[in-house]
Amino acid sequence: MAYSDKVIEHYENPLNVGTLDKNDDSVGTGLVGAPACGDVMRLQIKVGDDGRIEDAKFKTFGCGSAIASSSLATEWLKGKTVDEAETIKNSMIAQELNLPPVKIHCSVLAEDAIKSAIADFRAKQKAKDAISTAAPKTEQSNANAE
Amino acid sequence: MAVKLPIYMDYHATTPVDPRVLEAMLPYFTEKFGNAASRSHVYGWTAEEAVSIARERIAALIGASNPKEIVFTSGATESDNLALKGVAEFYKDKGNHIITTVVEHKAILDTCKRLEKEGCEVTYLKVDKEGRVDPADVEKAITSKTILVSVMFANNEVGTVQPIAEIGKITRAKGVLFHSDAVQGIGKVPFSVDTMNVDLASITAHKMYGPKGIGALYVRRSKPRVRLTAQIDGGGHEFGMRSGTLNVPGIVGFGKAAEIMRVEGEAEAKKLVALRDRLKKRLYDKLDAVQLNGSATHRLPGNLNVSFSFVEGEALMMAIKDVSVSSGSACTSASLEPSYVLHAMGIGDDLAHSSIRFGLGRFNTEEEVDYVADLVTSKVQKLRDMSPLYEMHKEGIDLNSVQWAAH
Repeated sequence: MAYSDKVIEHYENPLNVGTLDKNDDSVGTGLVGAPACGDVMRLQIKVGDDGRIEDAKFKTFGCGSAIASSSLATEWLKGKTVDEAETIKNSMIAQELNLPPVKIHCSVLAEDAIKSAIADFRAKQKAKDAISTAAPKTEQSNANAE
Repeated sequence: MAVKLPIYMDYHATTPVDPRVLEAMLPYFTEKFGNAASRSHVYGWTAEEAVSIARERIAALIGASNPKEIVFTSGATESDNLALKGVAEFYKDKGNHIITTVVEHKAILDTCKRLEKEGCEVTYLKVDKEGRVDPADVEKAITSKTILVSVMFANNEVGTVQPIAEIGKITRAKGVLFHSDAVQGIGKVPFSVDTMNVDLASITAHKMYGPKGIGALYVRRSKPRVRLTAQIDGGGHEFGMRSGTLNVPGIVGFGKAAEIMRVEGEAEAKKLVALRDRLKKRLYDKLDAVQLNGSATHRLPGNLNVSFSFVEGEALMMAIKDVSVSSGSACTSASLEPSYVLHAMGIGDDLAHSSIRFGLGRFNTEEEVDYVADLVTSKVQKLRDMSPLYEMHKEGIDLNSVQWAAH
């Protein structure tokens, strides 16, 4: 597979590899893909009090372009508001990394991972709001993908 | 001593031409350039004689009693096509049933698909978890319409060696022709068409340190005499079975490669087993969750096919780019499907995506093996640190119990 220099750079020196505390209310976790399909991405965002994503981490099982797509996605997420993050499209990732046609699905997976992480974060916020407005210690929020 | 990069460990794909083979070939490009079919002058006679010697050497390597049983082709794909289509066409009045296995090379499987479209019936036998076919299944599948059984000698992906002698006994007793795609392992694993009752065998030069573009089909001439309908028409070369001017330099190289393999193959096999086991031990000593794909005992000497769980094969190959290996991962195949061979052996797609095939050969050294083992170990560790699956595995989560969103 002939990859672009950008894919190789992200693959060899991936940015933001790691794990955030999935039980933290300010962290949203997205876990997408399947081992049988050859790629699984876990993307996490940590949203600050100002509503901006202050940190993003990923771990990916997959080929070079899947790793590069996740690395790029986490880099793009940092500093964005959650609403801004939602506008990241797979086509933007594919274009930036110059992915070959057979690897477009890697960028699709990255977009899915972003959406999934955001959805998890929002679900946690909603649960938290519900808890704070209703009586204390009702149900435990656990909308985590894991 | 520092190893020289890149390192080639993909000897199942192809092999370099042995310098002794190249030396033997060179005169046949220039001063001895004659057409082996020219019967009227010394150039033709010289070429014909060289071809005869090559035929004898190749016959000797595969245990054939008559050099005229060697029919030169462009390679094993053509040999497989000629064997299956040639037999199906010639014996169509006798029957239309062919038996093969699910782990054959595409040159067999795709040819069978074509024959099915043309009215043949094909039985694809399953294999066990080591990739072996059960000879009893062959026997059970034979019907009065069966004209041919085709089972490979050794698998190109996982290196599993099939019970050819046992199958040969059955096909001979039942009066059914037996073809074997014997591209892998010839010379290193005992193979003899006469003692194993093989009636047709496909072989190729470039897997045994000969040149590309030259192969052969062994076609038994007596007890039984195998008949074929030629698939390429023309001047009636190769006993009427394969027309076309002979590739004399290629044939000379093939003959020389066969001669070297006949003399040195056994010792080479011992060396390759030692290198293979060294590589395996060094990997297993330092890494957890490594699975051997294939058979521990019925295996090609230079083959090591392993799955490094939680790491995707293509990503690992990218990380060891100075080492040439191959993978059963979908990402490395044109079809975007993981290896059908591993699938047929009951190995999950997740492990197929994580499989790497090391193919050791004549020119590999212990230093290279140690270098590759250490490099692979460090890269697997790096990729596992990046893998959500490895993290979950370490947390004690059973990955099979997770509801994955297939995509």
